[in-house]
Amino acid sequence: MDISVVSLIASLIVAATPILLAATGELIVEKSGVLNLGVEGMMIMGAICGFIAAVNSGSPFVGFCIAAISGAILSLLFAILTQYLLANQVASGLALTLFGLGLAALLGHSYSGIKPPSSPKFEWFGMSDISIIGPIIFNHDLMVYFSVFLVLIVWIFLKFTRAGLILRAVGENHDAAHALGYKVIRIRVLAIMFGGACAGLGGAYLSLIRVPQWTEGMTAGAGWIALAIVVFASWKPWRLILGAYLFGGVTILQLNLQANGFAIPVSYLSMAPYLVTIVVLVIMSADRTRASVNAPASLGKIFHASS
Amino acid sequence: MKLLKTLMAGAALVVGLGGMAQAEDKTKVGFVYVGPVGDFGWSYEHNEGRKAVEEAFGDKVETMFVESVPEGADSERVMTQMALDGADLIFTTSFGYMDPTINVAKKFPNVKFEHATGYKQADNVAIYSARFYEGRSVIGHIAGHMTKTNTIGYIASFPIPEVIRGINAAYIAAKKVNPDVKLKIVWAYTWFDPAKEADAATALIEQGADIIMQHTDSPAAMTIAEEKGMYAFGQASDMKQFGPTARLSSIIDDWAPYYIARTQAVMDGTWESTSTWDGIKEGMVGIGDFSNDIPADVQASATALKEALMSGSTHSFTGPVNKQDGSAWLAAGETADDGTLLGMNFYVEGIEGSVPN
Repeated sequence: MDISVVSLIASLIVAATPILLAATGELIVEKSGVLNLGVEGMMIMGAICGFIAAVNSGSPFVGFCIAAISGAILSLLFAILTQYLLANQVASGLALTLFGLGLAALLGHSYSGIKPPSSPKFEWFGMSDISIIGPIIFNHDLMVYFSVFLVLIVWIFLKFTRAGLILRAVGENHDAAHALGYKVIRIRVLAIMFGGACAGLGGAYLSLIRVPQWTEGMTAGAGWIALAIVVFASWKPWRLILGAYLFGGVTILQLNLQANGFAIPVSYLSMAPYLVTIVVLVIMSADRTRASVNAPASLGKIFHASS
Repeated sequence: MKLLKTLMAGAALVVGLGGMAQAEDKTKVGFVYVGPVGDFGWSYEHNEGRKAVEEAFGDKVETMFVESVPEGADSERVMTQMALDGADLIFTTSFGYMDPTINVAKKFPNVKFEHATGYKQADNVAIYSARFYEGRSVIGHIAGHMTKTNTIGYIASFPIPEVIRGINAAYIAAKKVNPDVKLKIVWAYTWFDPAKEADAATALIEQGADIIMQHTDSPAAMTIAEEKGMYAFGQASDMKQFGPTARLSSIIDDWAPYYIARTQAVMDGTWESTSTWDGIKEGMVGIGDFSNDIPADVQASATALKEALMSGSTHSFTGPVNKQDGSAWLAAGETADDGTLLGMNFYVEGIEGSVPN
């Protein structure tokens, strides 16, 4: 039995990063009062568009930029449907997922079996040689650090800036925010586009770094996990990291335990990540008052200026 | 003028009837896939079979398919829809479609069904599968020779007889040429999830495996093996493009001849509910080219094994073989019967861990 904790933590961070990126985006979207269930669709669009861009340009950086843009463009479709045409958000989000999966399969038709340019590890001036801490913290690609940095930015934005306060006001009570003169629709569209861009980045992390290849339907439910993790985090940015790393950690741990031949029933191990998510969700929502305080009050409600 | 109109109407009617008659002549064949057709593995090869049917029969046949259909209740809906759309023959291509296929077949006695890799037959449900374990023997033989850490990683999907059979066949062949070989098995509990398959491959490599085998459908593990400088085998499809240096060989499924023959049988009205289990000999299981990294003597012995399996002079499960708990299964020289193989739910002696239930 020699499960190396160091390599375990290093791989759980890689497994958690796509979910963390997508969940960070969705957190902002939900904080503005919009429920976008299309995370999966935007992720897979980011995965294929980022892949195509990276392969053709030879640069993973360009790939990630295009992935963010494509995710944002796809989310704009959702924004138009729900914010201007006042369509139902749940139905539009589901439609976005189906549309994204189909469009990505079409775009990616000739990109199967191609190897993307590899993303270099971020250079920490030799700090990756430090024992234990080095491989865990200082031996990743840039996107891993970016995903954590993004959580920091989102936290500062929501907690300490005026713009963040306005975004939260729109999500809590859109009529009051509107009465105060804030552009509810515009703010929400921007939030949705930010969410799309983050989901796109998460998808590209899958196709460019974690797997790395393009296969149809390769997100395989990661978008739904991201949605669950937002609730799990009770809409608090730092808890997103906890949720994503916990989920990634249990996934990786169970695979390593199996590879090591531990005599724990495998079916329970495979269930574990989902079980842990459910258990924490139950604990989180046990205290009704606290849960309802945390959820944005206008979440999923349609806003129209005349109402 | 009136006459002309009547003539034209009559002509139109004839053309119309002709068109209808032609439409009825067409044999409609449906396919239900568990993954996307672009998975470059299992579903991809079934879809290649579908294309071959279209090519062989041209206008006489119309095919339809639905991809990424979850195993279970949802597949029943898909099959029912296909039957209502006038399908004459429906291929359901994953183990988990077994009970749904039987259920739907009861409701549509005039539609012929073909279920892959299962064991439940009915008057209008035939079953078919390939002896993938023969391919496993060949790649297990190669892996036994090629591993330097004496550890082979195996990504398994679900604990069903077909998968357990593959594990046993690979292990027996590897052990024969390398008595020190060990098998590390990870159950992914999915047929298709590239990210999870990649994580499983990474975990196995971290635990000391230098050769990866898989019974899942995507080429993700091959990509990881390529990245980490390890070896792997193509599964269901050749997968060479995903691991130019990592790929040692591959097990390739070829469903086209079977699909064409069964479609022909429906057209001729000679279709019967049968149970087909073909292997390397019949061409349903193919072995991909050998990588240049495999030494010439190993290539030669692997080819010899393949030919022996084809001729029937060797069987993948030839005694003496004990079960994992040490009890005797096959006596020296005895070969396994198909019944035991089809219901296989035990590991052979030497494999560590237990079969999940």
